[in-house]
Amino acid sequence: MNDFNYTRVYSMDEALANVSLGKGHRVIAGGTNLIDLMKYFITTADELVDINPISEHQTIEELPDGRLRLGAFATNADTAYHPLVESRYPLLNRAILAGASAQIRNMATNGGNLLQRTRCYYFYDINTPCNKREPGTGCSAINGYNRTMAIMGTSEHCIAVFPSDMCVALAALDAVVNIVGPEGTRQLPFADFHRLPGNTPHIDNNLMDNELISSIDLPEKGFSSSYSYLKLRDRNSYAFALVSVATALDLEHGLIKEARIALGGLAHKPWRVQEAEDFLKGKQASKTNFEAAADLILQGAKSFEFNAFKIELAKRAIVRNCMMALDPDTQQPGAQPSL
Amino acid sequence: MNENKTKLTEEEKKLFGDLMPEELDEIISSGLNRRHFMKLMGLASAGLLASHLIGAEQLFARSAEIGDIADLAPAAIENGINVSFKVNNTAKKVLIDSRATLLDTLRERLDLTGSKKGCDHGQCGACTVIVDGKRVLSCLTLAATCEGKSVITIEGLAKDNELNPMQAAFLKHDGFQCGFCTPGQICSAVALMKEAKEGQASFVTADVRQNQQSVILSDEEIAERMSGNICRCGAYPNIVAAIKEAQTGKNVEQTWLFAG
Ligand SMILES: Cc1cc2nc3c(=O)[nH]c(=O)nc-3n(C[C@H](O)[C@H](O)[C@H](O)COP(=O)(O)OP(=O)(O)OC[C@H]3O[C@@H](n4cnc5c(N)ncnc54)[C@H](O)[C@@H]3O)c2cc1C
Ligand code: SF4
Ligand code: FES
Ligand code: FES
Repeated sequence: MNDFNYTRVYSMDEALANVSLGKGHRVIAGGTNLIDLMKYFITTADELVDINPISEHQTIEELPDGRLRLGAFATNADTAYHPLVESRYPLLNRAILAGASAQIRNMATNGGNLLQRTRCYYFYDINTPCNKREPGTGCSAINGYNRTMAIMGTSEHCIAVFPSDMCVALAALDAVVNIVGPEGTRQLPFADFHRLPGNTPHIDNNLMDNELISSIDLPEKGFSSSYSYLKLRDRNSYAFALVSVATALDLEHGLIKEARIALGGLAHKPWRVQEAEDFLKGKQASKTNFEAAADLILQGAKSFEFNAFKIELAKRAIVRNCMMALDPDTQQPGAQPSL
Repeated sequence: MNENKTKLTEEEKKLFGDLMPEELDEIISSGLNRRHFMKLMGLASAGLLASHLIGAEQLFARSAEIGDIADLAPAAIENGINVSFKVNNTAKKVLIDSRATLLDTLRERLDLTGSKKGCDHGQCGACTVIVDGKRVLSCLTLAATCEGKSVITIEGLAKDNELNPMQAAFLKHDGFQCGFCTPGQICSAVALMKEAKEGQASFVTADVRQNQQSVILSDEEIAERMSGNICRCGAYPNIVAAIKEAQTGKNVEQTWLFAG
């Protein structure tokens, strides 16, 4: 790691004043992504601002109108195990528990999870060109070993995927990100938080350098009757997703009133396709209909030399996960046969 | 370094007499100080202490005991931070480089080398320790962020000479081969007992909507919950058996008894 000053801050105002001093001022939350990247000199800092002593935004709280507010500094573990998350938003519980390991979830915060960076191998290898790490140097993955890379929303400048599991569920649940900055607070719908790479792949999301995430809000509707999170990976646990699917269904007499399908491991952000969700509305919750929806979701997919398998894998994962969502009691996570 | 004025043992006297004769009088009259210790460390790294094993061991053990070894700071500390925290229920105050991880601080500064550095990047679990009751990775934890916290390492699990039941179960079931991942495995498993008791679910727990009282750990549950601890020797079946026995308190048959 490069030399940096370490400062503890005790209030959001103090933290904001510090990060507004410039790009070299970075906050450290759980540190699970930041310290890793700093050890490789992929990220450097002049000043590390420890936000952990701040007493605000550490908890999970129900708002008077029924929404649930997840503090940005609450840990992923505390969030997953909150009684209201378990009972009303079990999809979020599953997605969090599908990620990383027990140790990492005890450290990782909700804000940090949204801001974690890609796991593209070339991004991690400082000896290779990478537009995300060093804008303008080129993308090593496009013509390199790109088995784990994106098939949706890529650009000629970057084909990396956003690795979070938690965020796939947050996308499906229509979460809202609460942001504080020098000019006060603002809110971003989850779909607008992360960006596609375009020609600025070094910018992962729409949070400004002088802003902080304070919390994430979940609408009251939690889809606790019909939900499922499926994560497919190279080993059964403690590995990032090749493809993951979060499905939330609202069913009435066997018909779909509302469907949400979000995908992870396929793009630079959690991926949802409105057209597919609209298609399912009012239809029977059947395998055939889910297959048609999967085709709609993947119709624009574009694969590279080593990741064409992801298209078929994603289709099957969507169908299987939608079927599992019909009966959450029988869910079998991971790669075990379940249907 | 506070001077350590406790009397030298015979073995220690012989060690200093042989290796640092010019310092012996000063050590006997005014105690061991930082400079002596540094010199001794130099000799140790040159392998010259081998013939004085007993004396050297006594001395190193004693310096750890008096807690002053933490003051043996590297010559130049950049951006020093004072951290006060508890390690294995003993209060410690260390001046550290802002970049120091908890793992390096435990190993290099507090002489607690039980926690292991496998990958240093959060991918193996060998560095697992328990901070404020929760298992975490010490390689991704900055020591500076541990102000006021309580850290338990593998060295702090036994009560006096009585092993923690999880340690005993690992011994009984041969839950290791080379032993490198073992301190992390055991710390992780000890924390897991508490998580299961509190009814925390895992990704393989069937229905999270019913808040469970406490979880009985099946093989599958143990595998999922311990997946953050990699074992290159593949001692997994024995680790699972050890954890089962520690959780139930019931005798679990040793897998290796089936061999031959
Ligand atoms: C081995 C390993 C395996 C993993 N596997 C998975 C997995 O399978 N699935 C998954 O989803 N994740 C996985 N993770 C990633 C993990 O979930 C993230 O590293 C974690 O969520 C980041 O949170 P943190 O609090 O530690 O963030 P930090 O590392 O502290 O911070 C990350 C970034 O966010 C910034 N930041 C943090 N909080 C705020 C805030 N409130 N406002 C503004 N900026 C902020 C920091 O400045 C930093 O740039 C894995 C990590 C490791 C090391
Ligand atoms: S895919 Fe993106 S992160 Fe990976 S090498 Fe290309 S530019 Fe870098
Ligand atoms: S050394 Fe910390 S996880 Fe490997
Ligand atoms: S016992 Fe050798 S790595 Fe686990």
